[in-house]
Amino acid sequence: MSTEVLRTKPRRSRLHRREHQVALAFIAIPLIGFLLFTLYPLLYSVYASFTSWNGLAAPTFNGIDNYIKMWNDPYFLKAMWNTLFMMIGIPIGLVLSMALALGLNRKMRGTTFFRTVYYIPVISSIAAIAILWQWAYNGDFGLVNQVLDLVGIQGPNWLADKDTVKPALIIMATWKGLGYSMLLYLAALQSVPRYLYEAASLDGAGTWDQFRNITLPMVRPVTFFLVVTSIIGGSQIFIEINIMTPLGGPEFSSASIVWYIWRQAFNNLHMGYASAMSIVLGLIIFVITVIQFRLNRRNQFSID
Amino acid sequence: MSTSTSLPGPVQAGAPLLDPQGGIPAGPGAPSGRGRRSNPTPAGAGHPLTRSARYKLGNVLVTLILSLGAIVMLGPLIWTFSTSLKTHDAIFALPPQWIPDPVMWDNYLRVWSAGPLLSGIRNSLIVAGTVTVIGSITSSIAAFAFAKMRMPFKNAAFLMLLAGLMIPFPTIMIPQFMVFANIGWVDTLLPLIVPGLFGNIIMIFFLKQYLENVPDSIIEAAKLDGASYLQIFFRLIFPAIRPAMAAQFILWFMAVWNDYLAPIIYLNTPEKQTLQLVIASFNAQYASQTDYPLIMAASFIALLPVLIVFIVFQRQIIESVALTGGKG
Repeated sequence: MSTEVLRTKPRRSRLHRREHQVALAFIAIPLIGFLLFTLYPLLYSVYASFTSWNGLAAPTFNGIDNYIKMWNDPYFLKAMWNTLFMMIGIPIGLVLSMALALGLNRKMRGTTFFRTVYYIPVISSIAAIAILWQWAYNGDFGLVNQVLDLVGIQGPNWLADKDTVKPALIIMATWKGLGYSMLLYLAALQSVPRYLYEAASLDGAGTWDQFRNITLPMVRPVTFFLVVTSIIGGSQIFIEINIMTPLGGPEFSSASIVWYIWRQAFNNLHMGYASAMSIVLGLIIFVITVIQFRLNRRNQFSID
Repeated sequence: MSTSTSLPGPVQAGAPLLDPQGGIPAGPGAPSGRGRRSNPTPAGAGHPLTRSARYKLGNVLVTLILSLGAIVMLGPLIWTFSTSLKTHDAIFALPPQWIPDPVMWDNYLRVWSAGPLLSGIRNSLIVAGTVTVIGSITSSIAAFAFAKMRMPFKNAAFLMLLAGLMIPFPTIMIPQFMVFANIGWVDTLLPLIVPGLFGNIIMIFFLKQYLENVPDSIIEAAKLDGASYLQIFFRLIFPAIRPAMAAQFILWFMAVWNDYLAPIIYLNTPEKQTLQLVIASFNAQYASQTDYPLIMAASFIALLPVLIVFIVFQRQIIESVALTGGKG
């Protein structure tokens, strides 16, 4: 197909071929990395999900047994539910970060300072954050309950109570991610053309109207990006669980799906079963992303 | 940031990205430099305060709210540092002390002998350093080829790499682990290093965007002068993308430094573990003895390097992150 095209310029074809070869060599490294460390393991995961495999002997085919087992595994369903529940933090975080970004987008002193401060939890190691929040959530001497004490509220033993362990993790995740969403919103707010507001203001639109009809639509790409990445990230929550509630929490109420996969694979050596669960997780993430992109395409609009 | 090229997206290189200059008037009440006197808006009519006074009042209010938020943001970190300097008994003091008395700097000496903290730091440095230095070179060469060289199926290859971003690590970690187990690499740093050496698609994506703005004519001219592609890359491209690379490099370094799931799968021996695992096992080990000052000292040491890097390079980091997000 391309030979025809190339033959139109016979004198340059050798140069072109040389360029193709060099370019291929340059992109070969990431491509090989992708094939070796992503694609091959992915295909093997798909295969392993239909086998019984303890990681020591060769996998033996067992059809869709793992998937049936999953459907009837109360722990798996609980872990799924927990993971889903902890995503309540996403909309909360978006609203909060939007409000903060609006505040930071004013002409005033100290915005750079605030931006830096709010961003510090984002770059901090999640392991260290989990450790310090575990201490902060301590029922008797933790910082959180000490603060609640000041306003006369008797705080619970956060991580040891099945009703408060998920909210505790949600609060921590929101605290950690706030700066990131805020920063992206702020960048988006600053790229909204001023004349839009000026025009709206001349038409007598109030602050709220302007926010609803100009600001929100203009930052929609960022909202979309944040929703997708937060769901992808949130569905893989693991480190906090592993550190703060190493056994999955009271009555298994903080076990996340990745935590359960990890446990089944590396503690119980149920590699086949864990692979099947990991494929389900991958599919869920894939489907959510595709749906989001579809929705986003429908909402596309541009101004010129 | 002194490049002749302009960054992709709404922001120009060199212009401070999130400068208050670019702010938006917060609807009515914003001080407008060139106020349209011919058209008095109804907003603020009958209000005792002028528009700019109201705006200033709004600023005071917003600053107050943001300051409260900043306390919430920094509180836990300050609490960590404060706890790390307390005596064992002082952590149970009620009401809690924010300023430890006496200050136990001794905790920071104890911590080194209490666990393999030093080897943890060394291992983390080895992993993060090797991956990011070599991986950045492979990524930037690939980005150059993707952006500036002709090749059939180039875009298909790029899309395939991008699709790889959608595959979560947990989905591939089990076979990946088995592969490394079969070649005897478990409990070494190699499984954490080798995959990263092949480059980082996020960095490739970012640098490719950046390079699209470098004019082709420069490269064509260099080609006519008989420069090889590698020479073109190292003499022309590399200096041009260095600022963009630096920010991506730092972000990647911090991500590897903070990584936890891959290390916990591969590393069992305490002396082979990375810093994040070391502090986690500190936590498990000393929590039963309620030796929180020691745990917090170890955690604070783990936080500190990234914190310092961030404070030093915060402008570049924040600009780089703000650029990647808007491209959703």
